[in-house]
Amino acid sequence: MAQKTIRQALHEALAQEMRRDPRVVVIGEDVAGGAGTGGGRDAAGGVLGVTKGLITEFGEDRVIDTPITESAIMGMAAGSAVSGLRPVAELMFSDFLGVCFDQIYNQAAKFRYMFGGKARTPLVIRTMIGAGRSAAAQHSQSPYGIFTSVPGLKVVIPSNAYDAKGLLIQAIRDDDPVIFCEHKLMYDLKTEVPDEAYTVPFGEANIVRDGDDVTIVAFARMVHYAAAAAETLAREGIDCELIDPRTTSPLDADTILDSVARTGRLVVVDEATPRCSMAADIAALVAEHAFGVLKAPIRRVTAPHTPVPFAPGLEKLYIPDSDRIAAVVREAQGYAR
Amino acid sequence: MSITPITMPKWGLTMTEGKVVQWLKPQGGAFAKGEELLEIETSKITNVLEAEEDGTLTRIVAPEDTTLPIGALLAVVAPETTPAAEVDAFIAGFVVPEPSEETMAEAEAGPRTVDIGGRSLRYLERGAGVPVVMLHGFGADLNTWMFTQPALADRHRTIALELPGHGGSTKDVGAGTLDALADAVEAALATLDIDRAHLIGHSMGGAVAAAVAARRPDRAATLTLIAPAGLGPEINATFIDGFVRATRRKDAEAVLRLLVRDPALVSRTMVEDMLRNKRIDGATAALETIAHAWFPGGHQAVDITASVAGLAMAVQLIWGADDRIVPETHALAARVPVHVVEHAGHLPHMEKAGAVNDLIRRFIAA
Repeated sequence: MAQKTIRQALHEALAQEMRRDPRVVVIGEDVAGGAGTGGGRDAAGGVLGVTKGLITEFGEDRVIDTPITESAIMGMAAGSAVSGLRPVAELMFSDFLGVCFDQIYNQAAKFRYMFGGKARTPLVIRTMIGAGRSAAAQHSQSPYGIFTSVPGLKVVIPSNAYDAKGLLIQAIRDDDPVIFCEHKLMYDLKTEVPDEAYTVPFGEANIVRDGDDVTIVAFARMVHYAAAAAETLAREGIDCELIDPRTTSPLDADTILDSVARTGRLVVVDEATPRCSMAADIAALVAEHAFGVLKAPIRRVTAPHTPVPFAPGLEKLYIPDSDRIAAVVREAQGYAR
Repeated sequence: MSITPITMPKWGLTMTEGKVVQWLKPQGGAFAKGEELLEIETSKITNVLEAEEDGTLTRIVAPEDTTLPIGALLAVVAPETTPAAEVDAFIAGFVVPEPSEETMAEAEAGPRTVDIGGRSLRYLERGAGVPVVMLHGFGADLNTWMFTQPALADRHRTIALELPGHGGSTKDVGAGTLDALADAVEAALATLDIDRAHLIGHSMGGAVAAAVAARRPDRAATLTLIAPAGLGPEINATFIDGFVRATRRKDAEAVLRLLVRDPALVSRTMVEDMLRNKRIDGATAALETIAHAWFPGGHQAVDITASVAGLAMAVQLIWGADDRIVPETHALAARVPVHVVEHAGHLPHMEKAGAVNDLIRRFIAA
């Protein structure tokens, strides 16, 4: 089976679904990649090259290049979704959610509920998250916790190319609005990805690694840091079970609780800020439902409650890394009442 | 007799290392060929390593709970009279062999596909010689032969072929019937230039192998049927329905556990592999079609007893004593030699790989 990057996996998912279903359209800034510029039509394929080739194959009616107006993109996407299309809209940086949040939060997320289940909103919003490129405070955030807090939205955070393709196809076939978060430093990560179309179900976590000592729950890029920490810890005799929820809404609470029932220890690793976050949410879940089995306090490894720093040195300190994760896991494992 | 090493085996395509879970013989203990020496866990599967010859477990080198690469020294087997210093020297001088170029090339090659009139079937080919063709059971894929294929590839051109609807093969199964699957296998063998082969089939693949042998007796050198379908009406409908329906890890795991005597054999990766196969567009519908054709109403509709009885080539049956999918009593319906494998369920070729490999090797060499 071929090794593919997350970028290729996402492209394949889009192209295969557009071939399968004429209702699938792509909307966003620069999705036609270079159209109208000196670079020529389809020169780039979006800022990250994910949509490259789509306008050539599917034309301007299905690959819709928009002005720099997130509110218009999301309004168009929400409206076309309730009226029969299956749009995949791009919110280039998730940090820009503020300028289009009404369309997402108060429109798309509410239609099914307010129209008594008669309206469907099969809308996917692909958006970039994550720090690590010195892109400064306005282009480096991971606000999936905000999206997750909204009933009516589904939220997907893939950490590898296999999941990225299967989850994006699932998102496109889903009848509810889905926020699909792509970490900007992970597009070149490779794994084995089938050529065929396939779906990865929402609400089923991936168990990245089995272990009986400490449960680690991590998202996106943090899955890889946590895996590296778990390798180090295994050599010290601490066996971590690493869980990648893949979707935060719906959340696979069972897999997390089953794991903690065995390990009695939980460390949540999240690149997002800690207040009202996924880390807080999962800590609350376990505290509420598994308090009796806990052998140590629940620990969170997250960014601090500050904007993302621009200075590379500070940004490096801001993002959780394997050493920090390992140190906290050791504390959890060594905790004595 | 000289000092010989016991090393980390390679089980399956993707294995690079394995973990010593437990030694089943004590240091200094004698063992007979075929006895279980230790339990090894890989990312795919946990299984036991069986002794290839009689001997004494002179020195255990790899302690339990350690993870080592393929080829690493696990233990030393030496005649009882061997001085301890010689054993020490052997251990000190042991070098993990570099994988041969051939092994590397094979690992690179991986599975390929063969076109059968616009549809494609995936297969894994290893080795050279008189061909051996292996057909897996319902819902399975070529990984079911991960212990069988390497044991035969040193003397044979071995082909583990994936039936339509399975693994990386086409999801177009036609009517999904015995004939539809046998047609696909025949077409694949023709394209792969296999005029005559030893056929090995497991479960549903056993019935398909028998059908292929019955159609073209000149093409089947021998026929080995492992817990085949088609010899009686009973089938574990919970397994078939559960397999078709499972989309979540927990359900998939419960279903796979029905296949084996020791549930520890079912690893998380086995479950993940099953789900990945099933997630591909068309896979579940293909399995439904096949299940409907083969096992309508929870009973087997396919009957191969007559065709097996009429076969002129050598036929053997292998069955796990604790099979919970297809009852071992079905073996009585075929008037051919039956080998019942103790302590094995529906996957004796995986659960007791050493014993089953021996049965197959001896049978096709005879």
